[in-house]
Amino acid sequence: MTTHPDPVRIEPVLQPAPDLAPPFSKGGLIEVFRRRYLLKLLVQKEVRSRYQGSLLGVMWSYIQPMVRFCMYYFVIGLVLGLHKSFPNFAIHMFSAIVAMHFFTETFSSGTRSVVKNKSIVRKMPMPREMFPVASVIVSAVNTFPQLAILFVASVVAGWRPDVVGVLAAFLGLAIVTVLGTALALLFAGLNVFFRDFQNIVSTFMVLTTWIVPMIYPFEKVATSGLGHNHVFYSIYMSDPLTIAVVLMQRAFWIPTALGKDGFPDQLGDVGFPYLPHNYMELGLLMLGVSCIILVLCQMVFRRLEGKFAERL
Amino acid sequence: MTVSVQVEHATKQFTLRYHRTIKQITIAAMRRQKISDTFKAVDDVSFTVQQGESIGLMGLNGSGKSTLLKLVSGVMKPDSGSVLTRGRIAGLIATGAGFHPQLSGRDNVYLNAAILGMTEAETKRKFDQIVDFADIGRFLDTPVGHYSSGMFSRLGFAVAVHTESDIFLVDEVLAVGDKPFKRKCMARMQEIRDEGRTMLYVSHAAASVRQMCDRVLVLEKGVLGFDGPVDEGIRYLHYDDADTDEKPTDVVDDTEDEVLGADV
Ligand SMILES: Nc1ncnc2c1ncn2[C@@H]1O[C@H](COP(=O)(O)OP(=O)(O)OP(=O)(O)O)[C@@H](O)[C@H]1O
Ligand SMILES: [Mg+2]
Repeated sequence: MTTHPDPVRIEPVLQPAPDLAPPFSKGGLIEVFRRRYLLKLLVQKEVRSRYQGSLLGVMWSYIQPMVRFCMYYFVIGLVLGLHKSFPNFAIHMFSAIVAMHFFTETFSSGTRSVVKNKSIVRKMPMPREMFPVASVIVSAVNTFPQLAILFVASVVAGWRPDVVGVLAAFLGLAIVTVLGTALALLFAGLNVFFRDFQNIVSTFMVLTTWIVPMIYPFEKVATSGLGHNHVFYSIYMSDPLTIAVVLMQRAFWIPTALGKDGFPDQLGDVGFPYLPHNYMELGLLMLGVSCIILVLCQMVFRRLEGKFAERL
Repeated sequence: MTVSVQVEHATKQFTLRYHRTIKQITIAAMRRQKISDTFKAVDDVSFTVQQGESIGLMGLNGSGKSTLLKLVSGVMKPDSGSVLTRGRIAGLIATGAGFHPQLSGRDNVYLNAAILGMTEAETKRKFDQIVDFADIGRFLDTPVGHYSSGMFSRLGFAVAVHTESDIFLVDEVLAVGDKPFKRKCMARMQEIRDEGRTMLYVSHAAASVRQMCDRVLVLEKGVLGFDGPVDEGIRYLHYDDADTDEKPTDVVDDTEDEVLGADV
């Protein structure tokens, strides 16, 4: 950075002379974090515009999940009577929802992010990964209130933190973050060429409630006839989202269910079929797989990026 | 002398898509119509610009001037050939492109400056100059969405001309700016040129090219047709005589008006 004795004049930032280089952004996620000041402003822009012109502002992002949580608790838990056979159903469901909501919001807003910012993409040179990454961060900001409500509800239901549980929560959220970023990048790139992709994404969203143990417990899958089918079980368990959700439930729901309705009394005794075998190792494996997917998606994005400006 | 921009055999090809949906494509294929077509918007263009040179880029509509500037600015990649630049690039290419209508002018200045590559400290240091230049008074803290189109582009211009850079690209019609503002912009651009920055200047106004540039490139359907002195280039394009013919009669005939012509 040069300092100017005379503020009116703008000195070219020439010294020391940089080399001749192609002007097209070298891009990559590294470049995004090198320009994190811009990233910060893009995130701020999104977050602020979401609550523009509203009196309660950020309060709304707490009110909505709270209402949702109360509905699960009263309608499904008490009216349908699931609480009798299924301890703390609402917490079970909500710990899955936090992870899945973060994922779906990342995926769908990330997919739209490049097209949405086409006025910039078409005319300004910058690492285009910036937009999907910004929408991942915005989704994280929007998901935080849900996590806070889950935390409070769990404490009320008798939750106390344990080391493995806290690690499981971080691992689960890490899987969702990495996988969400990967898919956001891939689909943001594809969506520039064919807007069909944003519809594919919203169709996929319909499935997400059902393919993970959200409204049914993992135990049901493990002990049902389908669960005994080796092929089905392997497919079910190779979904990183399932593992992420199970880890979240291990962190928040299992500790509150101890000793109720046939659950073991001690955390150490909770194993299969309440949880998959070796769930922590499985989580680490899924995180590794998600990282590989991220690298591949980033490579595809780089290939597609070359034509963004002309196709938008 | 250091080379600032080096373009070698750069070619940019665009695809014209006549049909977009599967239904349309199928019907067109059955009728043996063309589904898409490619053409070269920039065709094997080579030139070198030295640091501090000021180049006028001229040509008829659709001849590929904006596309060439996009290759130089790094918005697009050439399909073949190479484009190399030295140092930071800024310019009046898409002033206000990153503006968000719901944010205030102040927030947009910071955001736009960051998109152009300024750091936070740099923006803070330049902020007062930018606001002075845009001169939009107390509207600075109201949402940009409520600005008049002139105010919008003034703010965009103000940020762009205060970005530090080694290469400055100009491809913008100042049509919405009022006359005092146009005059201020021309003065500022001359200042930028005199600072020894490299300048690539797209314009249809022969008078302003004469005033700003020391060399002219003329593009003809994507091909570089002329590279040389300003007056010869303008004659090559037959803009020297057309200039007086096409001017509306009610415009006062002084050189300044020519320079400030619709497309600065
Ligand atoms: N994204 C795109 N896809 C397809 N064709 C394009 C695209 N962008 C530009 N073109 C075409 O490339 C040609 C050159 O366009 P360009 O904008 O570079 O012209 P120009 O010289 O800047 O013209 P003007 O004087 O009107 O500004 C035009 O025929 C235009 O239609
Ligand atoms: Mg143009």
